[in-house]
Amino acid sequence: MTALLEVSELVKTFGTGEAETRVLRGLSLVLAVGEMAALLGPSGSGKSTLLTILGTLMKPTSGRYAMLGQDLVSADDTELTEFRNRHIGFVFQFHNLLPDFTALENVVFPTAVREGRETAAARARGRELLTRMGLEARIDFPSANLSGGQKQRVAVARALMNRPELVLADEPTGNLDRASAMQVMDLIAEINRDEGTTFLISTHDEKIAGLCRRQIVVGDGVVTG
Amino acid sequence: MLYALKIAARYLTASKAQTALLVLGVAVGVFIFIFMSALIGGLAEFILSRTVGDLSHVTIEAEDPDPAILIHPGGQVLAVIERGRARTASLSEAATFIPLIETVPGVIAVSPQITGAGFLARGAQVAQVSVTGLEPGRESDILDLDGYMTQGSVRLGSGLIVLGEALAEDMSLRLGQTVRLQSSTGVSAVLTLSGLYDTGNGLIDGSSIYVSLSTARTLFALPQGVTRIEIKLRDLNDADAAALRIAALTGLDAEPWTEGAEQLLEALDAQAQTGVFLKSFALITIVIGVASALLLSTYRRRPEIGIMRAMGAGRGFVVFVFVTQGALVGLMGGVTGAALGYLALLPFPSREDFEVGTLPMDITQGSYGLAITLTVIGAILASILPARSAARVDPVTAIGQ
Ligand SMILES: Nc1ncnc2c1ncn2[C@@H]1O[C@H](COP(=O)(O)OP(=O)(O)OP(=O)(O)O)[C@@H](O)[C@H]1O
Ligand SMILES: [Mg+2]
Repeated sequence: MTALLEVSELVKTFGTGEAETRVLRGLSLVLAVGEMAALLGPSGSGKSTLLTILGTLMKPTSGRYAMLGQDLVSADDTELTEFRNRHIGFVFQFHNLLPDFTALENVVFPTAVREGRETAAARARGRELLTRMGLEARIDFPSANLSGGQKQRVAVARALMNRPELVLADEPTGNLDRASAMQVMDLIAEINRDEGTTFLISTHDEKIAGLCRRQIVVGDGVVTG
Repeated sequence: MLYALKIAARYLTASKAQTALLVLGVAVGVFIFIFMSALIGGLAEFILSRTVGDLSHVTIEAEDPDPAILIHPGGQVLAVIERGRARTASLSEAATFIPLIETVPGVIAVSPQITGAGFLARGAQVAQVSVTGLEPGRESDILDLDGYMTQGSVRLGSGLIVLGEALAEDMSLRLGQTVRLQSSTGVSAVLTLSGLYDTGNGLIDGSSIYVSLSTARTLFALPQGVTRIEIKLRDLNDADAAALRIAALTGLDAEPWTEGAEQLLEALDAQAQTGVFLKSFALITIVIGVASALLLSTYRRRPEIGIMRAMGAGRGFVVFVFVTQGALVGLMGGVTGAALGYLALLPFPSREDFEVGTLPMDITQGSYGLAITLTVIGAILASILPARSAARVDPVTAIGQ
């Protein structure tokens, strides 16, 4: 098993003095290439905090974080932006899509922003991904008019656009009904199986977690299981 | 950054009503800018054409030679020769200069004149007048006498005199009657009144009279040369440069109208500064309007900015998206405002036929290109603050909202 990323002794505190909250208290974790892992833990245990740190959107207070052999704690904003664009995909619970753009435009964004324009090749891949998500009829649909489940599937397609090694999903099915949630999870499992993309999915849903091959439980700011 | 442009354009088209209002606001500012430019420019044009248009733009006047002073080596003034009263100073080689002056670019008319003072007498009535001898056929080269004629003809010939209606009324003179003119040199002539004018300028109408150059020669005992050469230019704003060229060409002391018109120029300058002041306010309004609208937009789009940043959009990209929005708003508002300004100025009479009582708007002085350029620059500057605040959006808090 080759490690995709490794964090150790991760500490994250918010605020200072009286108001200081220690959310992560020396958390260590290794994710292997091709893993599909669920991130579990009670509300407020620090799941979202961990995902944002892994996604390089936030720096830890202390600790080490390396992915693909690159030290991501000392990297600057420009390097992290570039790294994120190439190696990490995101699926959030809310506010996922750019509402004034079509499904396809949302999906090709990560490539277009890197290349400076929407190329035909990028559009072709975007279409292919949307078709794979079962959204061929919604390709040029304004994303604001999509249903919640459709939006999350567009978000998954977008997360895969640049063929990242890692996709971080923070409660991707949190506000979907069971059928839509299952559909999204099936697609994630399929991509993981076919392309070896590593997924880390935070969830409160035992059934969703059960679909993943590994369950990581956080509690008291460390991995407890 | 074609892609940033696409996103900026989409943001603007996504909220059409809001963008339309913003563009309209900018357009109103530009409209005011253009209206002020046309008004201030037109007003200056109007004032100048009213005051200076009828005057000589460059004048060459014969100089009375200064009295010669003999100074004793000891520093004592030995004798001062009094200025000759009988002899009129003259430009004796005028005939050779005129064709030369006519070659100077921008010169549209050259009028050799003999001027002097005199008395007009009819019966017991006497009036002091200033006499101008003009070349027959070129009476209207400087002052548009022909345009001001109310009776008779402007055409000057031997034994004819043209004067203002006001003066004629004072002296109870009618067309065709004769009058005696005595010059300051003592020569007198009996002349027939052949034309009456009304320029609206009391000084000209009440005390200026015109005779032919040859009549003036006799009156002022000047067998050759002239006392004054008046020059009209196509553009009276070129007077300073033209005067320099003419002086260099002829060696004569050519004076532009601007010399001695300091008060008028100061007044016009003050007026122009008022215009600059008002136009600056119009631009500041545009800048504030664009800045506040874009700032509002960055707050509204915080979650989206967070998403874009998470997807790998750099800070520079976000800055570019918002600055481009500012530039687009500036461009659209600028062009709309300029077009509205032009349309609004169309009904005003052109600068050739300004009328008293209407605003002397000059549609050619709308500074359309300048207005659009300054607006785009202003809008870009206005968008820098919102753009920077957008670039600083923390994706974590923005997405977490
Ligand atoms: N920016 C912040 N400032 C202060 N405290 C924060 C901040 N972000 C998170 N926290 C705190 O950190 C703790 C962990 O939050 P986090 O969102 O990571 O929990 P979570 O496990 O994702 O919870 P949930 O399951 O409800 O989504 C919470 O107590 C939260 O209040
Ligand atoms: Mg959470």
